[in-house]
Amino acid sequence: MQEHTQLSHKQINDDLLVDILTVPKWWLPAVAFLSLIVLTGLGAFFFMMYHGLGVTGLNRPVMWGFFIANFVFWIGISHAGIMISAILRLTQAEWRRPITRAAEVMTVFSLIAALHTPLMHVGRPWRVLYWIFPYDFSRGIWPNIRSPFVWDPSAVGTYLIASSLFVFVCLIPDLAILRDRVKNPIGKKIYAQLALGFRGTPRQWRLQIIAGILLSALVLPVFVSVHSIVSWDFAVLIGVEGWRSTIFAPYFIIGAIHSGVSAVAMLMALSVWLYGLDKYIKPDHFDAIARLLIVVATTWFFFFFLEWVYALYTLESPEIALRELQAFEWPYGPLFAIFVITSFVIPVPMWLFKRVRRSAALMFWTTILVNIGMWLERFLIVIPGLLRRTHMTFDWGTYHPSIIEILIVVETFAFVCLGMLLFAKVLPLIPLFDIKEGMVNRRLIKVGRRVIPATIREGLPHHYYQEKH
Amino acid sequence: MADSNKWGMVVDIDRCTGCQGCVVACQAENNIPINLEEHFNQRRAIQWIRIERYWEGEYPNVKARFIPIMCQHCGNAPCEPVCPVYATYHNDEGMNVQVYNRCIGTRFCANGCPYHIRFFNFWEPEWPESLKNQLNPDVTVRSRGIMEKCSFCVQRIQRSTREAERDGVDLEDGDRGLNPACVNACATNSIIFGNFNDPNSEVSIIKEKEMKEGGRGYGLLENLGTDPNVIYLKKVDESVEVGHGH
Repeated sequence: MQEHTQLSHKQINDDLLVDILTVPKWWLPAVAFLSLIVLTGLGAFFFMMYHGLGVTGLNRPVMWGFFIANFVFWIGISHAGIMISAILRLTQAEWRRPITRAAEVMTVFSLIAALHTPLMHVGRPWRVLYWIFPYDFSRGIWPNIRSPFVWDPSAVGTYLIASSLFVFVCLIPDLAILRDRVKNPIGKKIYAQLALGFRGTPRQWRLQIIAGILLSALVLPVFVSVHSIVSWDFAVLIGVEGWRSTIFAPYFIIGAIHSGVSAVAMLMALSVWLYGLDKYIKPDHFDAIARLLIVVATTWFFFFFLEWVYALYTLESPEIALRELQAFEWPYGPLFAIFVITSFVIPVPMWLFKRVRRSAALMFWTTILVNIGMWLERFLIVIPGLLRRTHMTFDWGTYHPSIIEILIVVETFAFVCLGMLLFAKVLPLIPLFDIKEGMVNRRLIKVGRRVIPATIREGLPHHYYQEKH
Repeated sequence: MADSNKWGMVVDIDRCTGCQGCVVACQAENNIPINLEEHFNQRRAIQWIRIERYWEGEYPNVKARFIPIMCQHCGNAPCEPVCPVYATYHNDEGMNVQVYNRCIGTRFCANGCPYHIRFFNFWEPEWPESLKNQLNPDVTVRSRGIMEKCSFCVQRIQRSTREAERDGVDLEDGDRGLNPACVNACATNSIIFGNFNDPNSEVSIIKEKEMKEGGRGYGLLENLGTDPNVIYLKKVDESVEVGHGH
């Protein structure tokens, strides 16, 4: 089953840069369509800013709706980047190589998408600076560091800066290749500037590798902090029965990894189909990511189960009423059923079969299901949580998203797709140098009389190493 | 009178008739925009004080129960720590105050409030031309996109304390227009306002008497640990000899 053909450097360059040097037929219509959706979403945002938040479906008990559910969803997707590139890099998982950059780039775009909605949904978006950079010395007001809304921008901002740096550091060798190969003089100049004079000297390689490892180590705390802080946006509110849970931070983190890694598997399938990269992303890679997903999904389900146990264990009537609303009442009941089925019940048993794990199509559809389910999970935490059926029945409410909210949520999805497409147009989505490094590591070299692999990695099957050609 | 003030309220549910007089008085005093039917249907009506009506019993023996609910000015308010820009904070007179200029409208506080008494301006507030000249000059007219809520008529408290200070006298209950609009408007005296730090004020006396074991006093949703500054006196049980009240 293992089929590690050794490819020459020239072939790798040709394969992976073809989409940058030429324009595929579907590219322009796809970009035009996605841009249209993004522009519509932006139009909806300006409409909302002009007329006020009255144009949304928000109301008195439900002050946060689609926007915040969507925010949590995208922060969750962004956890793919750290999981794949930092943790798998530090644990030297060999299969990560072709997908690190796609995961990291998706992280950057999904973080920006995540920032869209909370910044748009405030009452006075033109004053958001006081919130994100609240050091307004002329007014003498310091930020309220007790508020999770002050922790949020710092955590998400750190994450955004770290992942952008990470993408950039890993791009430098490939930028140098592009500099040498792009014909267009303006493009050449831009790539030359970005490549920072990288010429492939041993010292430059060493620095690049050290920077990559340092960044992946430094970004690890962010792995834990970002989604914990997002979960505290909810968990600090003592008065909201469905939210005030101490298990929220780890529950959110593992949920984020679940949806993030699923999104990476989705991305892998898409790059096989759209860019014909099946020489680089092979059934082995799908197999590896599906195994990882089984573990992550099962852990997530355990936390999901615990959250319910802890809630019902209190035997407080508002808590039980909330759970009834979440799981049994229209329309949340059916949504809840869809959420549990799509995020766990269908995909995980399917991944147990090798045939499913090794099929790009099946992995694509199962991971799409996971992300539908995980979006619903966030929705079911935010909205029924606020609709809470408290003792004071007078304040029970309802929530229907307006067309404006739906347009802006759709916009975030189009924005991430558009960002990925544009990125893939100007920069290779699969790291060339990393693939080459993998090939070199697999070569057999002669030391004295013995023939040994160039680099020994633990846990790799023997046939992984191929004859040097 | 004590050195510092701790303003608070007592609401006697037994006396409340649900007449909504306090609601109207509050709307007029605090420049609250007119709530049209559509605002109620959207569940976005702004009422700093509202009368919640509950039905008790089975038909035909149905009773209407009323409870006026306004900001509880919690000593341990869930809305305060979550505001990123300090638009809401606790002042040294025991009140939970809202600074409209700072507010950017994250609505985090509104989600945190278990009493649902924080209101968001979803629309730019509008008044009919004829009512524009009757806006209270002491109260800011809020724009859209910010939170607002009951302030215990802070403008009245400020004016009265300032005047009392100028005249060098202690501020007594209801002195110099101290009482909030809802208290003045209440026909049955079911809302009482005063200083909990002044042992001679009516609210202190009621607190002393009713918050004891067996008294009628309770804090709304006090099991959440919010430490509200409003004391509610529960309905008198008719099967028991009437001995409480004031």
